[in-house]
Amino acid sequence: MTSASARTATAIANLKRICEQELEGRYDLEIIDVLEYPELAESEKILATPTLIKSLPLPLRRVIGDLSNTEKVLMGLEVQPVRDNGDVQ
Amino acid sequence: MTRAGVEKIATGISSFDIIAKGGLPRNRTTLISGTAGSGKTIFAVQFLAAGIATGSSGVFVTFEESANDIRKNMLSFGWDLAQWEAEGKFAFVDASPDPDMDSVEAGSFDLGALMARVKHAVAKVKADRVAVDSLGAVFSQFSDQSIVRSELFRIASALKAVGVTAVLTAERTDDYGPIARFGVEEFIADNVMILRNVLEDESRRRTIEILKFRGCDHQKGEYPFTIVPDGGVIVIPLSAMHLSMKSSNVRISSGNASLDEMCGGGLFRDSVTLVSGATGTGKTLTVSQFLHGGAAKGERCLLLAFEESRDQLVRNAIGWGFDFEQMERDGTLRVVCDYPDVSGLEDWLVTIQAAIRDFKPARVALDSLSALEHVGSQKAFREFVIGLTSFIKHEEITGLFTSTTESLMGGDSITETHISTLTDSIILLRYVEMFGEMKRGLTVLKMRGSAHDKAIREFTIDKGGMRMGRAFRNVTGILSGAPVHLSPSDLERVWIDVERKSETMDRRER
Repeated sequence: MTSASARTATAIANLKRICEQELEGRYDLEIIDVLEYPELAESEKILATPTLIKSLPLPLRRVIGDLSNTEKVLMGLEVQPVRDNGDVQ
Repeated sequence: MTRAGVEKIATGISSFDIIAKGGLPRNRTTLISGTAGSGKTIFAVQFLAAGIATGSSGVFVTFEESANDIRKNMLSFGWDLAQWEAEGKFAFVDASPDPDMDSVEAGSFDLGALMARVKHAVAKVKADRVAVDSLGAVFSQFSDQSIVRSELFRIASALKAVGVTAVLTAERTDDYGPIARFGVEEFIADNVMILRNVLEDESRRRTIEILKFRGCDHQKGEYPFTIVPDGGVIVIPLSAMHLSMKSSNVRISSGNASLDEMCGGGLFRDSVTLVSGATGTGKTLTVSQFLHGGAAKGERCLLLAFEESRDQLVRNAIGWGFDFEQMERDGTLRVVCDYPDVSGLEDWLVTIQAAIRDFKPARVALDSLSALEHVGSQKAFREFVIGLTSFIKHEEITGLFTSTTESLMGGDSITETHISTLTDSIILLRYVEMFGEMKRGLTVLKMRGSAHDKAIREFTIDKGGMRMGRAFRNVTGILSGAPVHLSPSDLERVWIDVERKSETMDRRER
């Protein structure tokens, strides 16, 4: 993320909502400001902000953007949404 | 430059600064657009390398090739990026696509992380030069093109804000078409340059053109360039070279006293003479005596031979009484002997210039231009001759080039018609058929800035080289290839005419 941007705030809010809904709290989330740690962005080869990296469980997956498209976020993270009727899509 | 309010920085790229009239505009962004293989990446790295050579440092942002590939590729040009990285003079921002790392776009984003990385790298090595390679590759990494477009504008202005001079490369699909593939690249940068790599008559011709330099001056049009190992891009600034040419009144010997006399006292130093003739008329002999004449005075002579092998040249010269091998041992002669087709004309020009800089000759002979003529297009050939003649003159070297005429009798060569205006003197060697015998004739057709013998003289070749004889007074039409013998009565008439003319001139003068 880059600090102090409206997009950052939207992305964090979107991510927390998705995580609560789909993962029911089973997650660890670390937020890194690339303006503060540009060398981390360099070593992780990150271009876009915000970028969400799923490091565990493997495989590594990346989702970029403000995460407003929930379907794409789940697809990108390879998390299958649980529907009300319990069917796995 | 100061008048325009835009300062320029000398890039240090060979001769590029001449056509850019000082270099790239400082603290601006310059787009380098070109087709695949036109030398964009090399130019971009060279821009940083040349800066490092003069004590500045640079950042290379790569969106296309990985940093490792670039490190490896650039070693062949003598640029050790890894070493410069270790010395803190150079930094990569490796934004090349990672095939294992697929990203999904879910909502709007910006390239803030990239910008943070670039700024971090610039601050880390205290860079004043940045190269971005290439803009088009950024588009292919993201699906939302409009975001990429606006982000590239932001990055370009951020580069200016941090006070660096930047080059940004971009691909184009056509050497003569839209400036760049995505149609926006030229608006992102302040200045636009185009590298071309055009196939002309089965050979590749590279040119560089500065299309626009906002707020400052530059040379217009396409300039040929070449890319050489251990040097990178070398621009050949034709028109700019012409301006700095000097002219000398010092005469030097052609190696033959009679020929010197015909030329009005010898060839001018820093002049270029063209010797034209059919095969076997004595061109190589003229070259050999020119070299021998220089070496005898202790001058260094360089022979560029494209027609005959070394052994042939040495053997022929011995036959005329010139010992090339001894001259080489004495250090007065160097022979560069190769097939003309081994490289392009731009490369030949660079090779020859390097040989001249290295050997520092007082005389350069090239045998023959005609052999080089078919290596490239007519335009490339003319540029080669312009480049070579102006370089030779600039270095105050005497040049002697030969060209071969296609027909045995008379006629002129294509080479001649294309370059005669570029040379200072022209000596014609011609066969003259006389009563069933082939004789050789020589005439000084042109001698810039000097009076010269206008006669066509007969000459013979023997163990002592070229022996000048009398003028062909009773033959006319030698140069047109159809000699006509004049009877004594015709001859008398001609001479009476000549006398009358001089009488009337005398009267007028009185």
